[in-house]
Amino acid sequence: MSEVEGTPEGPKIGVDEWVARHGERAGLRGGRLAPLVQQAERLPWWALLAAAVAASALIPFISSSDYVIRVAVNTVLFALLALGLNVVVGWAGLLDLGFIAFYGFGAYSYALLSSDQFDLHFPALAAVAIVIVTSALLGLLLGLPSRRLLGDYLAIVTLFFAQIYVVLATNADRIKLPWNDGPTDFTGGPNGITDIDPISILGYEFTSVRSYLWLSLGVFTVVVVALQFVNESRTGRAWRALREDPLAAELMSMPVNRLKLLAFMFGAATAGLTGAIFASLQLGVFPQNFDLPLLITVYAMVILGGAGSIPGVVIGAITINVSLELLRDPSNARALFYAAIGLGLVALVRPWRRLAVVAGATVAFGIVVYQLADAIRPAWTSGSIEGGRFSELLDGWVVHPVDSTRLGNIGFILLIVALLTLTEVRGIWRTILLVPTLYLAAFVWENRLVTEPSVTRILLLGALLVVLMSWRPQGLLGTSRVEIV
Amino acid sequence: MDWDFFVQQVVNGLTLGSVYALIALGYTMVYGILKLLNFAHGEVYMMGAFAGFGILTVFGGALEVSINVVALILMMLAVAMLGSGLLGVAIERFAYRPLRNAPRIAPLISALGVSFFLQSSALLLFGADFRSYETYEYIDLATGIHWGPLNISVVRIAVILTAFALMLALTLLVARTRLGKAMRATAFDREAAAMQGIDVDRVIVATFFIGSALAGAAGVMVGLVFYKVYHLMGFIAGLKGFTAAVVGGIGSIPGAMLGGLLIGLAEAFITGYVSSTFQDVFVFSILIVLLLLRPSGLLGKADIQKV
Repeated sequence: MSEVEGTPEGPKIGVDEWVARHGERAGLRGGRLAPLVQQAERLPWWALLAAAVAASALIPFISSSDYVIRVAVNTVLFALLALGLNVVVGWAGLLDLGFIAFYGFGAYSYALLSSDQFDLHFPALAAVAIVIVTSALLGLLLGLPSRRLLGDYLAIVTLFFAQIYVVLATNADRIKLPWNDGPTDFTGGPNGITDIDPISILGYEFTSVRSYLWLSLGVFTVVVVALQFVNESRTGRAWRALREDPLAAELMSMPVNRLKLLAFMFGAATAGLTGAIFASLQLGVFPQNFDLPLLITVYAMVILGGAGSIPGVVIGAITINVSLELLRDPSNARALFYAAIGLGLVALVRPWRRLAVVAGATVAFGIVVYQLADAIRPAWTSGSIEGGRFSELLDGWVVHPVDSTRLGNIGFILLIVALLTLTEVRGIWRTILLVPTLYLAAFVWENRLVTEPSVTRILLLGALLVVLMSWRPQGLLGTSRVEIV
Repeated sequence: MDWDFFVQQVVNGLTLGSVYALIALGYTMVYGILKLLNFAHGEVYMMGAFAGFGILTVFGGALEVSINVVALILMMLAVAMLGSGLLGVAIERFAYRPLRNAPRIAPLISALGVSFFLQSSALLLFGADFRSYETYEYIDLATGIHWGPLNISVVRIAVILTAFALMLALTLLVARTRLGKAMRATAFDREAAAMQGIDVDRVIVATFFIGSALAGAAGVMVGLVFYKVYHLMGFIAGLKGFTAAVVGGIGSIPGAMLGGLLIGLAEAFITGYVSSTFQDVFVFSILIVLLLLRPSGLLGKADIQKV
């Protein structure tokens, strides 16, 4: 994707000269945050890593709330998952849709190796090591049939693997084995496996949530250091070459298939390791812990942060996981929603006078609609907006019917149509259309989305992926790719 | 050997297979022209099934259908095909076209986003409950062919015949019309086709419309035969449709039809004779074995990459 416009007198986009200058030009850009980004870039990566890990490790001393620490542990686990997926998607440029299944596979393997299910109680380190190796081998096995083909087939084979994993996890509790009389229970079916041994290292047992925070941060540090070295190695450079142009990479005598499989194994191993930690943290594994919505969450983290950049995907994981946690509570969700819209408007609508006009017009438009709706049918405005902060600010202009489902659904469809039209029209019409679109967004949010948080999160993540891919495919911190002509 | 049961599985397989074939056609056509895996295709099929259900509701619901049943079913098919077709065109316009020259992985991720977006939109709009076409309320399922061990209800006959009619129409369209010629040219070499004066964008839009309309028809057919429609139905069906396209040789239209029928028959026999829980595992194994033995599919040509 060539993001930078070529100047009329400068070299044409993509020719050698332009590519040569692209580096310095990228250094000049970056908007208002540029100085900050430049400062951060000057620090060595290990200093950033140490600062981030130290800051996170102090969380239990700042907040004693178990919930906060729990969210912190989840965020670190998500960051690990995002790092693993980044190897496959960001570096090698392959689409792995079975990633979550590897996560689940790791969790279940750990559970089988250290619970009463088969009466196996391996030492934690041995169990984790076995999980990592078997996950990587499974990744290798799965990658083999698609090695001769383009990356697309890999995507579908992995998606199938995700499906198989769900089927097995839910149904492999009554398998008849030829050498066994009764049915054998492998995965516990829908009830999962419980009473998993907590991880213990050198006699220290990790039982509290805060100890898991430190454990997962330790694992995180090891993984980041390892990936950083891999990224700077021959293999890392070869992966990036493969991502940019597999054919050219092959002509440079790079073992393309082996590299693909290696990336795939790295991703699988990281996911398996994270799964093992998750299983021991939760002390149980259930099939629905590893469902497909999780896949799109991890993808959104990698893409938002910037595929290919280690700090990028970690920041993506933090942003998305914390936002999703905030969405659980309606009043936080409301604040987050209007803040996001406000930020988007400030970034996209300039000058500020036009922004003020749009904001004012939206409220005015809302008041007119509200009065009209009230005059036509009082039931349309007599519903009550869910309580919580800021709800009084919405009184009088956001229509809220008693039965909000039907009108909310119509509003939702209209909103999608309006948003799509908005990307098509230009100039003054775009500003004019923005007013009803904003109003519709507020209407749909208050009437429909706020009441269904679990649907809303997937809806927003899906939309985020589509918007990011066409608007800013490099994410927040990734470097924009240059198409060489 | 229980012949009744065997014949029943063949009929099941043909019904299922013609649905998979219709879905596979959409995958294979889009892949042929854009080299893009349209993950959202299964969701288009799901939306088609809901559109058909919407028409049923508009005309009185299953218990008191207010118009002629044949007219009702034709109307369901027409609306589902039109709606799905337009949805497919919109997906192409807003999620794929901006990424036409992006790295290969970009449209795939966008497709993933569209797929999840549509799935949760359906959950939001229609709820998590199963909806049922309840075909048995307005069509007497006892009518149909009864000939020895052969028992096919009129609904299944209609579904299989409609599917074959649609496939025949598509084959004729691709083989005989100007649009079909343009599609073949674009699939062969997009740049060269553009240089011959073919409006490539229009061909791509037409491809998405036709492929998605076929998926919409498949959605209604599944509703008529198996009754249940729900927001997650597109995922598995899309996966099977894609498998069918790969088995037949992706990019090949007769291949998609053959692959669909094979996958449908295989699934019906596995469900009937081996295991009704793990049929997905077996279908998947077919795909893996085929990819190992004949990566280009049954009717596909080996892909030679030109530089």
